[in-house]
Amino acid sequence: MTAPIRVSDVTKKFTLHMQGGVELPVFDGVSMTVKAGQAIALTGPSGAGKSSLLRLLYGTYKADSGCIHIGHKDDAVDIVTASPRQILDVRRYSLGYVSQFLRVIPRVPTLEIVAEPMMQLGAAPEKARHRARELLKRLRIPENLWGLSPVTFSGGEQQRVNIARGLCPDYPVLLLDEPTASLDAENRGTVLELINEAREKGSAIVSIFHAKADRDIACTDEFDIQPFTGGVCG
Amino acid sequence: MKQQSSPTSRTDSPSYGFAYLNEQTKRMIRRALLKAVAVPGYQVPFASREMPMPYGWGTGGIQVTASILTPDDTLKVIDQGADDTTNAVSIRKFFRKTAGIQTTESTDEASIVQTRHRIPEQTLREDQILVYQVPIPEPLRFLEPRETETRKMHALEEYGLMHVKLYEDIARHGNIATTYAYPVHVHGRYVMDPSPTPKFDNPKMDKMPALQLFGAGREKRIYAIPPYTKVRSLDFDDHPFEVQKWDGACALCGETESFLDEVILDDQGGRMFCCSDSDHCGKRRETAGDSHAA
Amino acid sequence: MLHDDLSCPLLRARSVTKIYGDHVGCLGVSFDLWPGEVLAIVGESGSGKSTLLSCLSGAMEPSEGEVFYNADATGLTDLAGMPEPQLRALARTDWAFVHQNPRDGLRMSVSAGANIGERLMANGARHYSNIRTTAETWLEKVEIDTSRLDDLPETFSGGMQQRLQIARNLVTGPRLVFMDEPPGGLDVSVQARLLDLVRKLVADHELAVVIVTHDLAVARLLASRLMVMQAGRVVETGLADQVLDDPQAPYSQLLVSSVLQV
Repeated sequence: MTAPIRVSDVTKKFTLHMQGGVELPVFDGVSMTVKAGQAIALTGPSGAGKSSLLRLLYGTYKADSGCIHIGHKDDAVDIVTASPRQILDVRRYSLGYVSQFLRVIPRVPTLEIVAEPMMQLGAAPEKARHRARELLKRLRIPENLWGLSPVTFSGGEQQRVNIARGLCPDYPVLLLDEPTASLDAENRGTVLELINEAREKGSAIVSIFHAKADRDIACTDEFDIQPFTGGVCG
Repeated sequence: MKQQSSPTSRTDSPSYGFAYLNEQTKRMIRRALLKAVAVPGYQVPFASREMPMPYGWGTGGIQVTASILTPDDTLKVIDQGADDTTNAVSIRKFFRKTAGIQTTESTDEASIVQTRHRIPEQTLREDQILVYQVPIPEPLRFLEPRETETRKMHALEEYGLMHVKLYEDIARHGNIATTYAYPVHVHGRYVMDPSPTPKFDNPKMDKMPALQLFGAGREKRIYAIPPYTKVRSLDFDDHPFEVQKWDGACALCGETESFLDEVILDDQGGRMFCCSDSDHCGKRRETAGDSHAA
Repeated sequence: MLHDDLSCPLLRARSVTKIYGDHVGCLGVSFDLWPGEVLAIVGESGSGKSTLLSCLSGAMEPSEGEVFYNADATGLTDLAGMPEPQLRALARTDWAFVHQNPRDGLRMSVSAGANIGERLMANGARHYSNIRTTAETWLEKVEIDTSRLDDLPETFSGGMQQRLQIARNLVTGPRLVFMDEPPGGLDVSVQARLLDLVRKLVADHELAVVIVTHDLAVARLLASRLMVMQAGRVVETGLADQVLDDPQAPYSQLLVSSVLQV
């Protein structure tokens, strides 16, 4: 079986037209492979571009060259050359991403936000909501908040809602950007536990953890991005 | 519709053509009438002439009548069912003067009946023509003021808007409160405004043996319903078309099946109901009188 | 690579161009839109967004180029070659057009119920109670109290009118919705409510939406894809988050950096 994530020779730079076309190199020749059931932690100094690499994998950043193959429906899609429509399909079925910030339409209840990705996969709404309730309960979001929009929640609560949403469907590929930041010890433990469960189910995971202790619990390998960076914040 | 080519000795005023309009104008109107008969319910534009009366007094109906009149015709004119109101009397007088024709108040004797807002109670015959005076011929105008758009809607049979109006009626009044100018679907094709006749008269239009012609002078439109044409009043499945009903009978002739007018008798609240069709009412009273005498 | 890539898009624009005299409305715009996709067209005023929307919705004939629509799943049909009756039938069944100003999209002289019922009646509904019940259901969907069913839109607030306009348009279950700056001029909570409504409808009914907006926050939350226009031309197109987070064209970068954090 081919690895769900295959990155080869990816180069990325930002061209800042607003500042006279200044070019900021981000990556030069990054290659990595993540197998199913493998969880890789990106390491490197703060500002080296760990988040940028996740965004490249998710298609939010556009690579200048190279390939990023993501396993999708018994096949693989090269995110670098795929059409927006293909990338949307990959994101819907195969590629989960938990960013550091929760961005949602105000007013939509938390439960719906968490269950939404699973419904988009075609799951019955009740089944998706059941799974969402399970996750919210495990992540200690008080039940009386489930009907409210998370917009007004605390940072930690928003982060946990974000994680629940990202882990609600079983994505074959998961990208996690500091999922444990701003969480207390108890919740951090739960999140790491959930990540391990996802990996054991066969997800290929790329994540960023600030704390080495978290990496040791939730990741099987580490990947130092420093050799490939232009040393610019991403 | 026999051709009458020159002023005849029967007109009092030889300076006018027969029935006031000149022959070219009548020819133009007859062409429009032929087209209207050929396409039932379709509004045919015509070059409406200035008539010696104000708009709203029947300039459309009068031009249609003038164009179909022959010296042998007998004309009846009613206004709200009555033969003796100003408008009816003036129009009869107008045609007596300009065409020298016979006029009558009897529905039975008339070959042409020009009407403002009623259809006679008595069933018309194949050898009679009913001419309507129409103020606003466009039934869709209520909700769509653009003429370009309403024409397109007629052409494409997009008549949903008519039901929007009826819906609005029911929503506001609990029933279809449109009681006059109640829209009809003619020959399964065009939706038509039957002029401001009470909806009580709508069923009479259906399969009527007489030819029905409609003239709108200010709006410059002519339309028609050929004899024995299907005319259906629009309605909803769960709010079917109904005509007005009265609890009482005509105070003069005792009729219970006719369209009744309310007449205020004094300023003490005294009132009575009587037939709007004065000829119908009169005839019934005559017959009743005869039978009494006999 | 993907099996359904061979499937037919719902709407296809090819080199759509509109010239007003010597002024360019829009120039050479091409894209495909599939069911379930929300395409946001962003750009400053006068960049040709609304002109493009008019060309796409058949309200205006492009000077050059073609717009194709997949009617009845029979394949793509060129709108220019479509007979007018069919085009008008599409406009009142398969399509919805939500105007920037609700007064342009509503019939102000009849009640909310009649406004919602109009499309149903245009498509042959002749049962008053059923029409009324459907209208009520849609008022609920757009969160207007059903007691307002018989009220004139005149008595509604701007946000309610906008939602009524959406209900009136969506009652026939269209597959393609055009929106011209729908949340424009609404207060923030009403705007959020509208966004939520559109999001729900897209998710529940697999709608395809083309939305013109200059609000990048709206574009980010609602759109899956983004098209940036400048002076009638498309300067950049791509995934909504990609265009907003990694804009490539100079003008897109200017646009993204000109707004408050979204």
